[in-house]
Amino acid sequence: MTVDARTVSTGLKVEVNQKPIKRRHPSWWLGGAAIALLVLAFLQVLVTNANLQWPVVAEYLFAPEILAGLGRTMLLTLLAMIIGLAIGVIIAVMRLSQNPVFQWVSISWIWFFRGVPPLVQLVLWYNLALIFPELTFGIPFGPSLMSLDTNAVITPFSAAILGLSLTESAYAAEMIRAGIQAVSGGQTEAAASLGMSRGQTLRKIVLPQAIRIVIPPIGNDTISMLKFTSLVSVLALPDLLYSAQMIYARTYQTIPLLLVATLWYLLLATVLTFALSRVEKRLAGKSTSVVNGAGRGWRDAFRITARKEASL
Amino acid sequence: MQTQPLLIVDRLSKSFGSNQVLKDISLTIAGGDVTCIIGASGSGKSTLLRCLNRLETPDAGTVYLEGAPVGMKWSKDRLYEMSPKELAGQRRAMGMVFQGFHLFPHLTALENIMQAPRTVKKEKTEDARGYALELLDRVGLVEKAQFYPHQLSGGQQQRIAIARSLAMRPKVMLFDEPTSALDPELVGEVLWVMKSLAQDGMTMAVVTHEMDFAREVANHVVFMDAGYIVEEGAPADVLGNPQHARTKTFLSRVS
Repeated sequence: MTVDARTVSTGLKVEVNQKPIKRRHPSWWLGGAAIALLVLAFLQVLVTNANLQWPVVAEYLFAPEILAGLGRTMLLTLLAMIIGLAIGVIIAVMRLSQNPVFQWVSISWIWFFRGVPPLVQLVLWYNLALIFPELTFGIPFGPSLMSLDTNAVITPFSAAILGLSLTESAYAAEMIRAGIQAVSGGQTEAAASLGMSRGQTLRKIVLPQAIRIVIPPIGNDTISMLKFTSLVSVLALPDLLYSAQMIYARTYQTIPLLLVATLWYLLLATVLTFALSRVEKRLAGKSTSVVNGAGRGWRDAFRITARKEASL
Repeated sequence: MQTQPLLIVDRLSKSFGSNQVLKDISLTIAGGDVTCIIGASGSGKSTLLRCLNRLETPDAGTVYLEGAPVGMKWSKDRLYEMSPKELAGQRRAMGMVFQGFHLFPHLTALENIMQAPRTVKKEKTEDARGYALELLDRVGLVEKAQFYPHQLSGGQQQRIAIARSLAMRPKVMLFDEPTSALDPELVGEVLWVMKSLAQDGMTMAVVTHEMDFAREVANHVVFMDAGYIVEEGAPADVLGNPQHARTKTFLSRVS
Protein backbone atom coordinates (compact mmCIF):
# COMPACT_ATOMS: atom_id res chain seq x y z
CA MET A 1 0.00 0.00 0.00
CA THR A 2 1.49 3.34 -1.00
CA VAL A 3 1.35 6.54 0.97
CA ASP A 4 -0.94 8.10 -1.58
CA ALA A 5 -3.42 5.29 -1.30
CA ARG A 6 -3.46 5.61 2.45
CA THR A 7 -4.06 9.34 2.21
CA VAL A 8 -7.07 8.65 0.09
CA SER A 9 -8.45 5.83 2.17
CA THR A 10 -8.19 7.53 5.55
CA GLY A 11 -9.06 10.99 4.32
CA LEU A 12 -6.13 12.42 6.26
CA LYS A 13 -3.44 14.53 4.74
CA VAL A 14 -0.05 12.86 5.06
CA GLU A 15 3.04 14.22 3.40
CA VAL A 16 5.28 11.70 1.69
CA ASN A 17 8.49 10.92 3.65
CA GLN A 18 7.53 13.22 6.49
CA LYS A 19 9.99 13.02 9.41
CA PRO A 20 9.16 14.33 12.91
CA ILE A 21 11.44 16.92 14.52
CA LYS A 22 13.66 15.10 17.02
CA ARG A 23 12.92 15.70 20.71
CA ARG A 24 15.47 17.81 22.57
CA HIS A 25 16.93 16.61 25.84
CA PRO A 26 18.23 19.60 27.82
CA SER A 27 18.24 17.57 31.06
CA TRP A 28 20.74 15.14 29.55
CA TRP A 29 23.13 17.97 28.88
CA LEU A 30 22.66 19.50 32.31
CA GLY A 31 23.09 16.22 34.16
CA GLY A 32 26.05 15.21 32.03
CA ALA A 33 27.76 18.51 32.67
CA ALA A 34 27.27 18.22 36.44
CA ILE A 35 28.74 14.72 36.56
CA ALA A 36 31.63 15.69 34.29
CA LEU A 37 32.44 18.53 36.66
CA LEU A 38 32.57 16.14 39.63
CA VAL A 39 34.77 13.73 37.70
CA LEU A 40 37.16 16.55 36.82
CA ALA A 41 37.34 17.63 40.46
CA PHE A 42 38.12 14.05 41.48
CA LEU A 43 40.86 13.75 38.86
CA GLN A 44 42.32 17.02 40.06
CA VAL A 45 42.51 15.65 43.61
CA LEU A 46 44.19 12.49 42.32
CA VAL A 47 46.85 14.54 40.56
CA THR A 48 47.41 17.34 43.02
CA ASN A 49 47.04 15.69 46.43
CA ALA A 50 50.62 15.23 47.58
CA ASN A 51 49.62 12.58 50.15
CA LEU A 52 49.12 10.10 47.34
CA GLN A 53 52.86 10.34 46.61
CA TRP A 54 52.74 9.30 42.98
CA PRO A 55 56.56 9.36 42.62
CA VAL A 56 56.72 6.66 45.35
CA VAL A 57 54.05 4.67 43.53
CA ALA A 58 56.16 4.80 40.38
CA GLU A 59 59.25 3.76 42.35
CA TYR A 60 57.64 0.61 43.76
CA LEU A 61 55.31 -0.35 40.90
CA PHE A 62 57.87 -2.73 39.42
CA ALA A 63 59.81 -3.50 42.59
CA PRO A 64 60.97 -7.15 42.72
CA GLU A 65 58.98 -7.88 45.92
CA ILE A 66 55.83 -6.44 44.39
CA LEU A 67 56.28 -8.44 41.19
CA ALA A 68 56.95 -11.61 43.19
CA GLY A 69 53.77 -10.92 45.18
CA LEU A 70 51.88 -10.31 41.95
CA GLY A 71 53.06 -13.68 40.65
CA ARG A 72 51.95 -15.38 43.85
CA THR A 73 48.53 -13.74 43.63
CA MET A 74 48.11 -14.99 40.09
CA LEU A 75 49.29 -18.48 41.06
CA LEU A 76 46.86 -18.58 44.01
CA THR A 77 43.98 -17.46 41.79
CA LEU A 78 44.79 -20.04 39.15
CA LEU A 79 45.28 -22.98 41.53
CA ALA A 80 42.27 -22.13 43.70
CA MET A 81 40.07 -21.90 40.60
CA ILE A 82 41.33 -25.14 39.03
CA ILE A 83 41.06 -27.17 42.23
CA GLY A 84 37.76 -25.50 43.17
CA LEU A 85 36.22 -26.26 39.78
CA ALA A 86 37.45 -29.86 39.79
CA ILE A 87 35.87 -30.46 43.19
CA GLY A 88 32.83 -28.45 42.11
CA VAL A 89 32.12 -30.80 39.17
CA ILE A 90 32.22 -33.80 41.49
CA ILE A 91 29.99 -32.12 44.09
CA ALA A 92 27.52 -31.03 41.39
CA VAL A 93 27.30 -34.53 39.91
CA MET A 94 26.79 -35.95 43.43
CA ARG A 95 24.05 -33.39 44.02
CA LEU A 96 22.22 -34.65 40.93
CA SER A 97 22.79 -38.31 41.77
CA GLN A 98 19.88 -40.61 42.58
CA ASN A 99 21.75 -41.81 45.65
CA PRO A 100 20.47 -39.96 48.75
CA VAL A 101 23.80 -40.37 50.56
CA PHE A 102 25.60 -38.63 47.70
CA GLN A 103 22.95 -35.92 47.66
CA TRP A 104 23.25 -35.20 51.35
CA VAL A 105 27.03 -35.19 51.35
CA SER A 106 26.91 -32.72 48.48
CA ILE A 107 24.30 -30.52 50.15
CA SER A 108 26.27 -30.49 53.42
CA TRP A 109 29.50 -29.69 51.60
CA ILE A 110 27.95 -26.72 49.86
CA TRP A 111 26.23 -25.62 53.08
CA PHE A 112 29.51 -25.66 55.03
CA PHE A 113 31.95 -24.18 52.54
CA ARG A 114 29.56 -21.54 51.33
CA GLY A 115 28.54 -20.66 54.89
CA VAL A 116 31.94 -20.27 56.53
CA PRO A 117 33.67 -17.02 55.52
CA PRO A 118 36.87 -17.66 53.56
CA LEU A 119 38.86 -15.59 56.06
CA VAL A 120 37.73 -17.84 58.93
CA GLN A 121 38.53 -20.89 56.81
CA LEU A 122 42.04 -19.67 56.05
CA VAL A 123 42.84 -19.25 59.74
CA LEU A 124 41.14 -22.53 60.59
CA TRP A 125 43.09 -24.52 58.01
CA TYR A 126 46.30 -22.83 59.05
CA ASN A 127 45.71 -23.98 62.63
CA LEU A 128 44.70 -27.49 61.66
CA ALA A 129 47.53 -28.91 63.76
CA LEU A 130 45.74 -27.72 66.89
CA ILE A 131 42.87 -30.11 66.06
CA PHE A 132 44.78 -32.93 64.36
CA PRO A 133 48.48 -32.95 65.28
CA GLU A 134 49.00 -35.84 62.90
CA LEU A 135 47.36 -36.64 59.57
CA THR A 136 46.84 -40.36 59.23
CA PHE A 137 45.89 -42.13 56.03
CA GLY A 138 44.45 -45.59 56.23
CA ILE A 139 41.26 -47.62 56.29
CA PRO A 140 38.52 -45.95 58.36
CA PHE A 141 38.25 -47.68 61.74
CA GLY A 142 41.07 -49.94 60.51
CA PRO A 143 44.84 -49.95 60.31
CA SER A 144 46.68 -46.79 59.28
CA LEU A 145 49.00 -46.82 56.30
CA MET A 146 50.80 -43.51 56.58
CA SER A 147 51.14 -40.73 59.10
CA LEU A 148 52.27 -37.14 58.56
CA ASP A 149 53.04 -34.27 60.89
CA THR A 150 50.29 -31.73 60.23
CA ASN A 151 52.62 -28.80 60.65
CA ALA A 152 54.78 -30.15 57.83
CA VAL A 153 51.78 -30.35 55.48
CA ILE A 154 50.04 -27.12 56.37
CA THR A 155 52.13 -24.20 55.20
CA PRO A 156 50.69 -20.72 54.65
CA PHE A 157 50.51 -21.57 50.96
CA SER A 158 48.74 -24.91 51.33
CA ALA A 159 46.35 -23.44 53.92
CA ALA A 160 45.59 -20.61 51.49
CA ILE A 161 44.93 -23.02 48.63
CA LEU A 162 42.71 -25.15 50.86
CA GLY A 163 40.63 -22.25 52.14
CA LEU A 164 40.21 -20.56 48.77
CA SER A 165 39.61 -23.65 46.65
CA LEU A 166 37.14 -25.22 49.07
CA THR A 167 35.12 -22.01 49.19
CA GLU A 168 35.24 -21.89 45.42
CA SER A 169 34.19 -25.53 45.14
CA ALA A 170 30.88 -24.78 46.87
CA TYR A 171 30.05 -21.89 44.53
CA ALA A 172 31.31 -23.77 41.47
CA ALA A 173 29.18 -26.80 42.38
CA GLU A 174 26.03 -24.67 42.40
CA MET A 175 26.89 -23.03 39.09
CA ILE A 176 27.74 -26.33 37.41
CA ARG A 177 24.59 -27.95 38.78
CA ALA A 178 22.53 -25.14 37.30
CA GLY A 179 24.41 -25.57 34.02
CA ILE A 180 23.77 -29.31 33.91
CA GLN A 181 20.10 -28.80 34.70
CA ALA A 182 19.82 -26.20 31.95
CA VAL A 183 20.69 -28.87 29.36
CA SER A 184 17.35 -30.19 28.21
CA GLY A 185 16.20 -33.64 29.26
CA GLY A 186 15.70 -34.49 25.60
CA GLN A 187 19.47 -34.54 25.19
CA THR A 188 19.81 -37.25 27.82
CA GLU A 189 16.95 -39.22 26.28
CA ALA A 190 18.43 -38.96 22.81
CA ALA A 191 21.78 -40.21 24.12
CA ALA A 192 20.08 -43.03 26.04
CA SER A 193 18.14 -44.11 22.96
CA LEU A 194 21.46 -44.38 21.11
CA GLY A 195 22.70 -46.81 23.74
CA MET A 196 25.07 -44.42 25.48
CA SER A 197 25.68 -45.11 29.17
CA ARG A 198 24.97 -42.48 31.80
CA GLY A 199 28.67 -41.74 32.18
CA GLN A 200 29.15 -41.37 28.43
CA THR A 201 26.09 -39.13 28.22
CA LEU A 202 27.44 -36.93 30.99
CA ARG A 203 30.93 -36.66 29.51
CA LYS A 204 30.11 -36.40 25.81
CA ILE A 205 26.71 -34.72 25.72
CA VAL A 206 25.71 -32.95 28.93
CA LEU A 207 28.96 -31.51 30.32
CA PRO A 208 30.17 -30.01 27.01
CA GLN A 209 26.89 -28.09 26.81
CA ALA A 210 26.81 -27.23 30.53
CA ILE A 211 30.34 -25.81 30.30
CA ARG A 212 29.23 -23.33 27.65
CA ILE A 213 26.44 -22.21 29.94
CA VAL A 214 28.62 -21.78 33.03
CA ILE A 215 31.65 -20.14 31.42
CA PRO A 216 30.32 -16.57 31.97
CA PRO A 217 29.58 -17.05 35.70
CA ILE A 218 32.87 -18.91 36.20
CA GLY A 219 34.73 -16.03 34.59
CA ASN A 220 32.96 -13.70 36.97
CA ASP A 221 33.99 -15.94 39.85
CA THR A 222 37.61 -15.86 38.71
CA ILE A 223 37.60 -12.08 39.06
CA SER A 224 36.14 -12.47 42.56
CA MET A 225 38.80 -15.04 43.41
CA LEU A 226 41.52 -12.66 42.29
CA LYS A 227 40.35 -10.24 44.95
CA PHE A 228 39.67 -12.91 47.59
CA THR A 229 43.32 -13.99 47.40
CA SER A 230 44.22 -10.76 49.22
CA LEU A 231 42.79 -12.43 52.35
CA VAL A 232 45.86 -14.64 52.55
CA SER A 233 47.79 -11.70 53.95
CA VAL A 234 46.47 -12.86 57.38
CA LEU A 235 48.63 -15.94 56.97
CA ALA A 236 51.69 -13.75 56.30
CA LEU A 237 51.82 -15.20 52.80
CA PRO A 238 53.54 -12.62 50.60
CA ASP A 239 50.91 -12.16 47.91
CA LEU A 240 50.48 -8.82 46.17
CA LEU A 241 48.80 -7.11 49.14
CA TYR A 242 51.07 -8.55 51.82
CA SER A 243 54.19 -7.70 49.83
CA ALA A 244 53.01 -4.08 49.73
CA GLN A 245 52.20 -4.21 53.43
CA MET A 246 55.67 -5.52 54.26
CA ILE A 247 57.23 -2.61 52.42
CA TYR A 248 55.11 0.07 54.04
CA ALA A 249 55.64 -1.48 57.48
CA ARG A 250 59.29 -0.66 56.88
CA THR A 251 59.00 2.69 55.10
CA TYR A 252 55.68 4.06 56.45
CA GLN A 253 54.66 4.90 52.85
CA THR A 254 51.26 3.29 53.42
CA ILE A 255 49.12 5.04 50.82
CA PRO A 256 51.44 4.86 47.82
CA LEU A 257 52.06 1.15 48.37
CA LEU A 258 48.37 0.43 48.71
CA LEU A 259 47.99 2.34 45.45
CA VAL A 260 50.61 0.08 43.87
CA ALA A 261 48.59 -2.98 44.94
CA THR A 262 45.36 -1.33 43.78
CA LEU A 263 46.77 -0.58 40.35
CA TRP A 264 47.93 -4.16 39.86
CA TYR A 265 44.61 -5.64 41.04
CA LEU A 266 42.76 -3.31 38.68
CA LEU A 267 45.01 -4.27 35.79
CA LEU A 268 44.50 -8.00 36.39
CA ALA A 269 40.75 -7.53 36.80
CA THR A 270 40.67 -5.51 33.57
CA VAL A 271 42.54 -8.20 31.65
CA LEU A 272 40.20 -10.87 33.00
CA THR A 273 37.11 -8.79 32.22
CA PHE A 274 38.34 -8.24 28.69
CA ALA A 275 39.08 -11.94 28.18
CA LEU A 276 35.70 -12.85 29.63
CA SER A 277 33.76 -10.48 27.42
CA ARG A 278 35.52 -11.91 24.37
CA VAL A 279 34.62 -15.44 25.40
CA GLU A 280 31.03 -14.39 26.05
CA LYS A 281 30.79 -12.77 22.66
CA ARG A 282 31.96 -15.96 21.00
CA LEU A 283 29.51 -18.01 23.03
CA ALA A 284 26.71 -15.66 22.06
CA GLY A 285 27.48 -16.48 18.45
CA LYS A 286 28.97 -13.18 17.32
CA SER A 287 31.64 -15.01 15.36
CA THR A 288 30.02 -17.28 12.86
CA SER A 289 33.15 -18.79 11.35
CA VAL A 290 32.09 -22.29 12.19
CA VAL A 291 32.73 -24.55 9.28
CA ASN A 292 35.63 -26.52 10.67
CA GLY A 293 34.64 -29.91 11.92
CA ALA A 294 38.13 -30.88 13.05
CA GLY A 295 38.23 -28.68 16.16
CA ARG A 296 38.56 -30.50 19.47
CA GLY A 297 38.93 -29.80 23.16
CA TRP A 298 39.15 -26.18 24.17
CA ARG A 299 38.60 -24.93 20.68
CA ASP A 300 35.46 -26.98 20.74
CA ALA A 301 34.27 -25.37 23.94
CA PHE A 302 34.46 -21.96 22.37
CA ARG A 303 32.68 -22.78 19.19
CA ILE A 304 29.36 -21.11 18.92
CA THR A 305 26.26 -22.92 19.87
CA ALA A 306 22.66 -22.06 19.63
CA ARG A 307 21.04 -24.00 22.40
CA LYS A 308 17.66 -23.13 21.06
CA GLU A 309 15.85 -26.20 19.99
CA ALA A 310 12.45 -26.43 18.49
CA SER A 311 9.90 -26.10 21.20
CA LEU A 312 7.61 -28.99 22.08
CA MET B 1 8.24 -62.56 7.54
CA GLN B 2 10.35 -64.03 10.30
CA THR B 3 9.07 -66.85 12.41
CA GLN B 4 9.60 -64.96 15.63
CA PRO B 5 8.15 -61.44 15.86
CA LEU B 6 10.79 -58.76 16.37
CA LEU B 7 8.87 -56.96 19.10
CA ILE B 8 6.17 -58.32 21.35
CA VAL B 9 4.35 -56.06 23.79
CA ASP B 10 2.68 -58.09 26.47
CA ARG B 11 0.00 -56.59 28.74
CA LEU B 12 1.74 -53.28 29.30
CA SER B 13 0.38 -50.83 31.90
CA LYS B 14 1.66 -47.44 32.93
CA SER B 15 0.32 -44.72 35.18
CA PHE B 16 1.49 -41.21 35.86
CA GLY B 17 0.19 -40.55 39.35
CA SER B 18 -3.49 -41.40 39.34
CA ASN B 19 -3.70 -41.13 35.57
CA GLN B 20 -3.42 -44.53 33.92
CA VAL B 21 -2.15 -43.85 30.40
CA LEU B 22 -1.60 -47.45 29.24
CA LYS B 23 -4.09 -50.15 30.09
CA ASP B 24 -3.10 -53.72 29.36
CA ILE B 25 -1.62 -53.07 25.94
CA SER B 26 -0.55 -56.03 23.84
CA LEU B 27 0.94 -55.67 20.39
CA THR B 28 3.11 -57.63 17.99
CA ILE B 29 5.50 -56.18 15.46
CA ALA B 30 7.13 -58.53 12.99
CA GLY B 31 10.41 -57.88 11.22
CA GLY B 32 9.86 -55.56 8.26
CA ASP B 33 6.54 -54.30 9.63
CA VAL B 34 5.68 -50.64 9.45
CA THR B 35 3.27 -50.06 12.30
CA CYS B 36 1.59 -46.68 12.62
CA ILE B 37 0.12 -45.84 16.00
CA ILE B 38 -2.59 -43.21 15.73
CA GLY B 39 -4.95 -41.55 18.17
CA ALA B 40 -5.77 -38.26 19.84
CA SER B 41 -3.24 -36.52 22.09
CA GLY B 42 -3.28 -38.06 25.54
CA SER B 43 -4.35 -41.43 24.22
CA GLY B 44 -1.08 -42.98 25.41
CA LYS B 45 0.55 -43.64 22.06
CA SER B 46 3.80 -41.76 22.81
CA THR B 47 4.05 -43.42 26.21
CA LEU B 48 3.65 -46.81 24.56
CA LEU B 49 6.50 -46.03 22.18
CA ARG B 50 8.70 -44.79 25.02
CA CYS B 51 8.02 -47.98 26.97
CA LEU B 52 9.38 -50.04 24.06
CA ASN B 53 12.96 -48.87 24.64
CA ARG B 54 12.27 -48.27 28.31
CA LEU B 55 12.68 -44.50 28.34
CA GLU B 56 9.57 -44.94 30.46
CA THR B 57 9.50 -47.88 32.83
CA PRO B 58 6.14 -49.65 32.59
CA ASP B 59 4.33 -50.46 35.83
CA ALA B 60 3.36 -53.90 34.59
CA GLY B 61 3.86 -55.98 31.49
CA THR B 62 6.86 -56.84 29.37
CA VAL B 63 8.32 -55.85 26.04
CA TYR B 64 10.21 -58.58 24.24
CA LEU B 65 12.85 -57.77 21.67
CA GLU B 66 13.66 -60.88 19.62
CA GLY B 67 12.27 -62.96 22.43
CA ALA B 68 14.32 -61.35 25.21
CA PRO B 69 12.55 -59.15 27.77
CA VAL B 70 13.65 -55.50 27.55
CA GLY B 71 15.27 -54.17 30.73
CA MET B 72 15.02 -57.51 32.48
CA LYS B 73 16.93 -60.76 32.43
CA TRP B 74 16.47 -64.30 33.65
CA SER B 75 19.03 -65.78 35.95
CA LYS B 76 18.53 -69.10 37.73
CA ASP B 77 14.80 -69.00 37.09
CA ARG B 78 14.43 -65.56 38.57
CA LEU B 79 13.80 -62.30 36.75
CA TYR B 80 16.19 -59.45 37.55
CA GLU B 81 16.24 -55.80 36.57
CA MET B 82 19.04 -55.14 34.08
CA SER B 83 22.02 -52.94 34.80
CA PRO B 84 22.01 -49.60 32.95
CA LYS B 85 24.84 -50.94 30.82
CA GLU B 86 22.90 -54.03 29.74
CA LEU B 87 19.83 -51.90 29.02
CA ALA B 88 21.98 -49.55 26.95
CA GLY B 89 23.02 -52.59 24.94
CA GLN B 90 19.39 -53.39 24.16
CA ARG B 91 18.54 -49.80 23.36
CA ARG B 92 21.20 -49.83 20.65
CA ALA B 93 18.96 -52.15 18.67
CA MET B 94 16.07 -49.66 18.85
CA GLY B 95 16.69 -46.32 17.17
CA MET B 96 14.45 -43.49 18.27
CA VAL B 97 13.44 -40.27 16.56
CA PHE B 98 11.84 -37.59 18.70
CA GLN B 99 9.27 -34.92 18.00
CA GLY B 100 11.75 -32.24 19.17
CA PHE B 101 14.72 -33.74 17.20
CA HIS B 102 17.10 -33.44 20.22
CA LEU B 103 20.20 -33.16 18.06
CA PHE B 104 23.32 -32.42 20.07
CA PRO B 105 23.68 -28.65 19.55
CA HIS B 106 27.43 -28.55 20.25
CA LEU B 107 28.22 -31.00 17.46
CA THR B 108 28.01 -30.69 13.68
CA ALA B 109 25.58 -32.83 11.72
CA LEU B 110 28.38 -35.26 10.90
CA GLU B 111 29.61 -35.38 14.51
CA ASN B 112 26.05 -35.94 15.73
CA ILE B 113 25.87 -39.07 13.60
CA MET B 114 29.39 -40.25 14.49
CA GLN B 115 29.08 -39.69 18.25
CA ALA B 116 27.34 -42.90 19.32
CA PRO B 117 29.25 -45.29 17.01
CA ARG B 118 32.49 -43.72 18.27
CA THR B 119 31.73 -43.75 22.00
CA VAL B 120 29.45 -46.77 22.28
CA LYS B 121 30.74 -49.14 19.64
CA LYS B 122 34.31 -47.76 19.75
CA GLU B 123 34.32 -47.61 15.96
CA LYS B 124 37.38 -46.11 14.33
CA THR B 125 36.93 -42.48 13.34
CA GLU B 126 37.32 -43.14 9.63
CA ASP B 127 34.83 -46.05 9.72
CA ALA B 128 32.25 -44.01 11.65
CA ARG B 129 32.83 -41.08 9.33
CA GLY B 130 32.44 -43.19 6.23
CA TYR B 131 29.14 -44.66 7.36
CA ALA B 132 27.94 -41.27 8.63
CA LEU B 133 28.55 -39.74 5.20
CA GLU B 134 26.74 -42.66 3.61
CA LEU B 135 23.76 -42.01 5.89
CA LEU B 136 23.88 -38.28 5.19
CA ASP B 137 23.69 -39.14 1.52
CA ARG B 138 20.74 -41.38 2.21
CA VAL B 139 18.79 -38.56 3.92
CA GLY B 140 19.97 -36.18 1.20
CA LEU B 141 22.10 -33.90 3.37
CA VAL B 142 25.74 -34.62 2.52
CA GLU B 143 26.35 -30.95 1.82
CA LYS B 144 25.24 -30.08 5.37
CA ALA B 145 27.78 -32.38 7.08
CA GLN B 146 29.71 -29.53 8.70
CA PHE B 147 26.66 -27.49 9.72
CA TYR B 148 25.50 -27.14 13.30
CA PRO B 149 21.91 -28.03 14.16
CA HIS B 150 20.87 -24.39 14.64
CA GLN B 151 21.98 -23.65 11.09
CA LEU B 152 19.55 -26.22 9.70
CA SER B 153 15.81 -26.12 9.17
CA GLY B 154 13.53 -28.30 11.28
CA GLY B 155 13.08 -30.78 8.45
CA GLN B 156 16.82 -31.02 7.92
CA GLN B 157 17.40 -31.46 11.66
CA GLN B 158 14.90 -34.31 11.79
CA ARG B 159 16.54 -36.01 8.80
CA ILE B 160 19.92 -35.73 10.59
CA ALA B 161 18.28 -37.20 13.70
CA ILE B 162 17.07 -40.16 11.64
CA ALA B 163 20.58 -40.64 10.23
CA ARG B 164 21.98 -40.43 13.77
CA SER B 165 19.73 -43.28 14.90
CA LEU B 166 20.52 -45.36 11.81
CA ALA B 167 24.24 -45.05 12.55
CA MET B 168 23.83 -47.58 15.35
CA ARG B 169 22.40 -50.05 12.79
CA PRO B 170 19.21 -50.65 14.79
CA LYS B 171 16.84 -53.52 14.15
CA VAL B 172 13.79 -51.36 14.64
CA MET B 173 13.20 -47.62 14.39
CA LEU B 174 10.79 -45.86 16.73
CA PHE B 175 9.36 -42.55 15.54
CA ASP B 176 7.63 -40.36 18.13
CA GLU B 177 5.55 -37.85 16.17
CA PRO B 178 8.52 -37.06 13.92
CA THR B 179 6.75 -34.37 11.89
CA SER B 180 4.55 -32.71 14.52
CA ALA B 181 7.03 -29.95 15.37
CA LEU B 182 7.67 -29.08 11.74
CA ASP B 183 6.36 -26.28 9.57
CA PRO B 184 3.88 -27.78 7.08
CA GLU B 185 6.16 -27.28 4.09
CA LEU B 186 8.96 -29.29 5.78
CA VAL B 187 6.88 -32.36 6.63
CA GLY B 188 7.23 -33.92 3.19
CA GLU B 189 11.01 -34.24 3.20
CA VAL B 190 10.97 -36.16 6.50
CA LEU B 191 8.16 -38.46 5.37
CA TRP B 192 10.08 -39.07 2.17
CA VAL B 193 13.10 -40.31 4.17
CA MET B 194 10.86 -42.49 6.34
CA LYS B 195 9.16 -43.93 3.30
CA SER B 196 12.48 -44.84 1.70
CA LEU B 197 13.48 -46.56 4.95
CA ALA B 198 10.28 -48.59 4.90
CA GLN B 199 10.91 -49.57 1.29
CA ASP B 200 14.35 -50.82 2.30
CA GLY B 201 12.67 -53.19 4.73
CA MET B 202 13.33 -51.38 8.02
CA THR B 203 11.03 -52.38 10.85
CA MET B 204 9.33 -49.22 12.06
CA ALA B 205 6.90 -48.16 14.77
CA VAL B 206 5.57 -44.70 14.03
CA VAL B 207 3.41 -42.55 16.28
CA THR B 208 1.94 -40.06 13.87
CA HIS B 209 -0.89 -37.79 12.87
CA GLU B 210 -0.04 -38.20 9.17
CA MET B 211 -2.94 -40.32 7.97
CA ASP B 212 -1.76 -40.29 4.37
CA PHE B 213 1.58 -41.71 5.45
CA ALA B 214 -0.16 -44.43 7.48
CA ARG B 215 -2.42 -45.27 4.56
CA GLU B 216 0.38 -45.37 2.04
CA VAL B 217 3.38 -46.81 3.91
CA ALA B 218 2.12 -48.78 6.91
CA ASN B 219 1.11 -52.41 6.74
CA HIS B 220 -0.35 -52.26 10.22
CA VAL B 221 -2.30 -49.45 11.91
CA VAL B 222 -3.08 -49.28 15.61
CA PHE B 223 -5.70 -46.85 16.88
CA MET B 224 -5.41 -45.96 20.56
CA ASP B 225 -7.85 -44.13 22.77
CA ALA B 226 -7.71 -43.47 26.52
CA GLY B 227 -4.94 -45.99 27.12
CA TYR B 228 -6.50 -48.86 25.16
CA ILE B 229 -5.89 -50.26 21.71
CA VAL B 230 -9.36 -49.80 20.28
CA GLU B 231 -8.76 -51.17 16.84
CA GLU B 232 -5.86 -52.49 14.81
CA GLY B 233 -5.28 -54.09 11.47
CA ALA B 234 -4.43 -53.32 7.88
CA PRO B 235 -4.61 -49.62 7.01
CA ALA B 236 -7.33 -50.27 4.46
CA ASP B 237 -9.50 -51.73 7.22
CA VAL B 238 -8.72 -49.42 10.15
CA LEU B 239 -8.54 -46.21 8.14
CA GLY B 240 -10.85 -47.18 5.28
CA ASN B 241 -13.52 -49.12 7.09
CA PRO B 242 -13.30 -48.48 10.86
CA GLN B 243 -15.51 -50.71 13.01
CA HIS B 244 -15.52 -48.76 16.24
CA ALA B 245 -17.40 -45.54 16.86
CA ARG B 246 -14.36 -43.90 18.51
CA THR B 247 -12.17 -44.70 15.52
CA LYS B 248 -14.75 -43.21 13.20
CA THR B 249 -15.04 -40.05 15.30
CA PHE B 250 -11.26 -39.63 15.43
CA LEU B 251 -10.81 -40.19 11.71
CA SER B 252 -13.60 -37.79 10.82
CA ARG B 253 -11.88 -35.14 12.93
CA VAL B 254 -8.39 -35.53 11.44
CA SER B 255 -9.33 -35.78 7.79
